[in-house]
Amino acid sequence: MSTELLAALTVFVLAILCGFAVISKVPATLHTPLMSGANSIHGIVLVGSMFIAASATDLLSQVLSFVAVAFATMNVVGGYVVTDRMLQMFRRKPAEPKAAAAAEPKA
Amino acid sequence: MDLLDTIVRLVWLLGAAGFVFGLMRMNSPATARNGNLISAGGMALAIGGTAVLLVSNGSISTTALLIIVAGIAVGGGLGLYMARTVKMTAMPQLVSLFNAVGGGAAALIAIDDYIRLASVQSLLPGSIPLEVSIPTVLDIVIGGITFTGSILASGKLMGIISGKPIKVPGGQLVTLALALITAVAAIYLWAGNVSVPILFVIIAASLIFGITMVLPIGGADMPVVISLLNSFTGTAVAMAGFVLGNDVLIIAGALVGASGAILTKLMADAMNRSVVNIMIGGFGGGEGTVGAVGAEGGSVRSLGMDDAAIQLAYAQNVIIVPGYGLAVAQAQHAVRELAELLEARGVNVSYAIHPVAGRMPGHMNVLLAEANVPYPQLREMDDINPEFDRCDVALVIGANDVTNPAARRAGTPVSGMPILDVDHAKSIIVIKRSMGRGYAGIDNELYVNPKTGMLFADAKQGLADLVAAVKAL
Repeated sequence: MSTELLAALTVFVLAILCGFAVISKVPATLHTPLMSGANSIHGIVLVGSMFIAASATDLLSQVLSFVAVAFATMNVVGGYVVTDRMLQMFRRKPAEPKAAAAAEPKA
Repeated sequence: MDLLDTIVRLVWLLGAAGFVFGLMRMNSPATARNGNLISAGGMALAIGGTAVLLVSNGSISTTALLIIVAGIAVGGGLGLYMARTVKMTAMPQLVSLFNAVGGGAAALIAIDDYIRLASVQSLLPGSIPLEVSIPTVLDIVIGGITFTGSILASGKLMGIISGKPIKVPGGQLVTLALALITAVAAIYLWAGNVSVPILFVIIAASLIFGITMVLPIGGADMPVVISLLNSFTGTAVAMAGFVLGNDVLIIAGALVGASGAILTKLMADAMNRSVVNIMIGGFGGGEGTVGAVGAEGGSVRSLGMDDAAIQLAYAQNVIIVPGYGLAVAQAQHAVRELAELLEARGVNVSYAIHPVAGRMPGHMNVLLAEANVPYPQLREMDDINPEFDRCDVALVIGANDVTNPAARRAGTPVSGMPILDVDHAKSIIVIKRSMGRGYAGIDNELYVNPKTGMLFADAKQGLADLVAAVKAL
């Protein structure tokens, strides 16, 4: 086993443990934004997609890497935007009756 | 390693730290939004660093640059549009879809990398080392399963494909055959052979497996499936990191893999079923209905709107128990209106949320937050269960199996499932259209409890009538 692989495996295992430690503390109330936020994090695959696109020379590789880049960007952008949209709805007190309550008159 | 390379690697490390720190901030609704922004900042750094590295290398062709820019424009535009327009009830299918494309991208990286290696190495046996071929195969298998599995899950949630469990002809046999094919093909490649066609056999088997895995799973089991697929995507991305020798992919993938695994476990526990049991299917399949005998002998008490309004208005503590039926009826705003009205009269109102209320982990909380319910009122099961003893009225709307006291007894399909202790309340009001059964296919003993009054109505209409009745008091 090469030193690089060993180092990569170390990073992998420690990151999993770190993930367990951090995520166990997230309350159930936030599980949907958590999943959606984690979802955006795996959009990091865009970095890899950019690398394969950069070295693509034949048509097949170019098509595959284009799809990979598009998929990954969709994952990143969509994931973060929708997570933010969800999280801004979580308020300690009811919001002023302007935006969300506009649809129906205040009781 | 030249200077730029070193700097970019450090930037990646900073990005990875941003992910961890962002997730840490997710532990409270007060800091979560900021956490998500930190995570997004980390992502921007990692991607920006990569772009700088690629461009200043000078080796990147104009075509390649165009491909990247076009891909980012198309994907980014689509992602932005979907994220902006999605309804909160449709969140599970969107998350599923993002899962699919993430897993798909990870698999594509491994596929492309392998094809390229195979052509450069001119197919000499042993020319692709195990260090590459093992993560390549794992990435393709996990990523492929996630891709089709998540698309199918998304389709089921959207209602394009029937949400009911669909039996695959030959079921177990098909799964077994696919697993066998994949295993043999993988071993062939790991033994040192270089073959693109064999790689495609693995791709095909994984894609089919994703379909046969999700097809037999029913709607209410979706929280488990989505969590599991989320975990898969993370793992696939980590494998892509091994293929490319890129640490930031490994770290990010591992974090997501861990998060998905935790959520999968939590969801399965909340249904008192093992993940394997859910994946294999069964439940509500027809024969389960026999176990419903416990509810015999009791009679159902129907409650009038005014009686219900009086009970609620003169109570001290009211706990609302919302289920997915509430969201289906689009009654989140109506329930918040009722709660505000009661609070104005001095009643304490809180919401008891079962972990599997909704179609993904924590879904009900988002739906109620959207309807402007303040998050301190959203209470987790373990936290609120002791409070049912002090609760004057429990108002159950669209929740069924998760309130069934039969779960405390052995021998029923819901036995052992953690439930909300609604029956401990002094009085119980259930808004429900009919005496229909829940997902588990059994009668709910709560409905024949002498303390329970049934308000037969559609959730939205029933709540609107209740609001009117409380106002009239």
